Amino acid sequence: MTNTQSYFDPLLFAVLPYVVFFTFFLVTIQRYRTRTFTYSSLSSQFLENQRHFWSLVPFHYGILVVLAGHVVAFLFPRELLLFNSRPLRLYILEVSALIFGLLTVVGLTAAVVRRIREPKIRRVTSTSDWVLFALLLFQVASGVYVAVFHPWGSSWFAASVSPYLWSLVKLNPDFSTIAAMPLAVKLHIVNAYVVIGFMPFTRLVHVLVVPNPYLWRKPQVVRWYRRPGTMAASKG
Amino acid sequence: MNVRSQISMVFHLDKCIGCHTCSIACKNIWTDRKGAEYMWWNNVETKPGTGYPTQWEDQDKYSGGWEVKDGKLRLKSTGKGRVVFNIFHNPHMPSMDDYYEPWTYDYQDLFNAPEGPDQPTARPVSMVTGELIQIKSGPNWDDDLGGSPVYAENDPNLKGLTPDQRQQLSAIERLVFFYFPRICNHCLNPACVASCPSGALYKRGEDGIVLLDQERCRAWRSCIAACPYKKVFFNWFAGKSEKCILCYPRIETGQAPACFHSCVGRIRYLGVLLYDADRIEEVAKSPDEQLVEAQRSVILDPHDPEVAAAARQNGISEAVIESARKSPVYQFVKMWKLALPPHIEYRTMPMLFYVPPMSPVMASQDGKTVNHTSDDLFHDIDQARVPMKFLANLFGAGHEGKVRYALRKQKAVRWYRRALTVGDVDMATAERMLREADCSTEEAEAIYRLTSLCTFSERFVIPPSHREQAIEMMKDPREHQSFAGFGFLTGPGRAM
Repeated sequence: MTNTQSYFDPLLFAVLPYVVFFTFFLVTIQRYRTRTFTYSSLSSQFLENQRHFWSLVPFHYGILVVLAGHVVAFLFPRELLLFNSRPLRLYILEVSALIFGLLTVVGLTAAVVRRIREPKIRRVTSTSDWVLFALLLFQVASGVYVAVFHPWGSSWFAASVSPYLWSLVKLNPDFSTIAAMPLAVKLHIVNAYVVIGFMPFTRLVHVLVVPNPYLWRKPQVVRWYRRPGTMAASKG
Repeated sequence: MNVRSQISMVFHLDKCIGCHTCSIACKNIWTDRKGAEYMWWNNVETKPGTGYPTQWEDQDKYSGGWEVKDGKLRLKSTGKGRVVFNIFHNPHMPSMDDYYEPWTYDYQDLFNAPEGPDQPTARPVSMVTGELIQIKSGPNWDDDLGGSPVYAENDPNLKGLTPDQRQQLSAIERLVFFYFPRICNHCLNPACVASCPSGALYKRGEDGIVLLDQERCRAWRSCIAACPYKKVFFNWFAGKSEKCILCYPRIETGQAPACFHSCVGRIRYLGVLLYDADRIEEVAKSPDEQLVEAQRSVILDPHDPEVAAAARQNGISEAVIESARKSPVYQFVKMWKLALPPHIEYRTMPMLFYVPPMSPVMASQDGKTVNHTSDDLFHDIDQARVPMKFLANLFGAGHEGKVRYALRKQKAVRWYRRALTVGDVDMATAERMLREADCSTEEAEAIYRLTSLCTFSERFVIPPSHREQAIEMMKDPREHQSFAGFGFLTGPGRAM
């Protein structure tokens, strides 16, 4: 490890996370309050239907499973380490995580190719979309790289990264475990912060308005003018 | 009994001349915008024909509407469980190719082209990509193309027709078509509303108009697949769904919607129906052959004091009940049974009804002579150029009974009026026809009046919507005034 890296480490692992999370909450809330109309997945399926399936479906299933894995390792590090104590379980977990990671990379790459190749889709792609695609591609590619070249992540994440993340939550950042990590892992973490910080300015906010109430609401929706309360139905 | 009021419509197809004035009126007001160029909230189709989007009536392809499964009503395209899997890619969603790619022309070429041996041309330019395109199809590409092997012969309503009937539909000098204007049906059991994961689509309680809250739409696209009439559209630029709003800003100020107001043939009627909201689910589950009658049974008689009392109890104002009594829609649909819902088998309970067309179907050919009469006075209804089965597929869920009833009554009224005014058929025959068509002379007169002599105020009976009362409940109307208006205060930009 060089001196420069250690010099930047406090900035990247102790200051940056607070900056991005502050930005994230401030901007998403303010955007939701003042520019609700812009909360949309901005689907482009209407303009192109086939490649859409082969890119968006693998990407979404892949990223959801991989993200869920990160969250589980963050919330239940102890249990995860216990689960991984049997090698066979660890192998199965690692291989399936890698498969979903690859699914994400393939799907995302296909999505980018679709954006470039289809003139109609290119027309509805903004600069922020291109930046977002670059950031996401780097994020999932570095993730897969880490999974391949620095294996057993499900264990070392629980042992080293979870304590670090919890230290952030407790407002007492301790990145000693991270400082010793390989460059690829560090880049993966820093880029994750960049994505979170950039997210409120992009179409990615659609993940914040996933339609969970649909599952338990009545099929038909009626709004009354003369029955106060129903017109100002909560936004979601 | 849970009485609600619904602004409903009747389109008298026998009067439609296919001029598309309605479409243009709507286009100019609502969809002349970026992202909405391809949308026709109001469109006029030629039947037989494939329609807009292409073959929208083929639900094996589009999976729109409801189906009854294990005694339960469920959406064909999506549902609570399936929405989780369909949200990344909706398998039943049409794409722009199913409608058409909007274009304009490079008119500057006409002025700027260098001098040469040929006339300069204005080449077509895509309104999506801005690049030159080859036009493959456009709005109303099948206009007036009855008999066409590309369009008419691929009409999904030809299902169940005999090969003879199909052949006749495209035979020279026998081929036939009529017009089928369409807007959102503002259904009682809207599939689009039930499918929306965000709850952006809703039915207005006071008048039943189905609207889409632009601020809540997240472009999950379920509504576009779920609406069997394909009357919810996706704005490709804004990334939001849009639909016909029945010109509610006009309705609220007592004016008829633009497409109604501009109708040259005066085929459109608009009025209030009172209905029993508690029975919708039960009725929507009826077997196919009972659906038309079942939907009629939901519509309540506004003259019945019990109904009026229940309506008052539900907060429906006296003015609305009064206009329900004068509603032309009530007369066409419930009293005379002349108007029928389109494709009721989709089970959305559409609140736009059609009087099935007679002309030009009546003359039947026998060798070289054209027969106008026979011993059975209604004989030629079944021998008509538009096969009964075709109309039944459109307006009777495939069952001919209700369509035949409506056509017989129309024909009887015509004979009766002909006996009265022209006098070349005798009144006794005309009265016999009326009797056989289940129609009194008073009813025949009323049908004649509302069909042929109807004034503006007879066609459009719009109740006052009393928005001011709704506002008073919330805040001082004068304070509200300074914030009121339509549309966004800031432009609806795409993302950030």
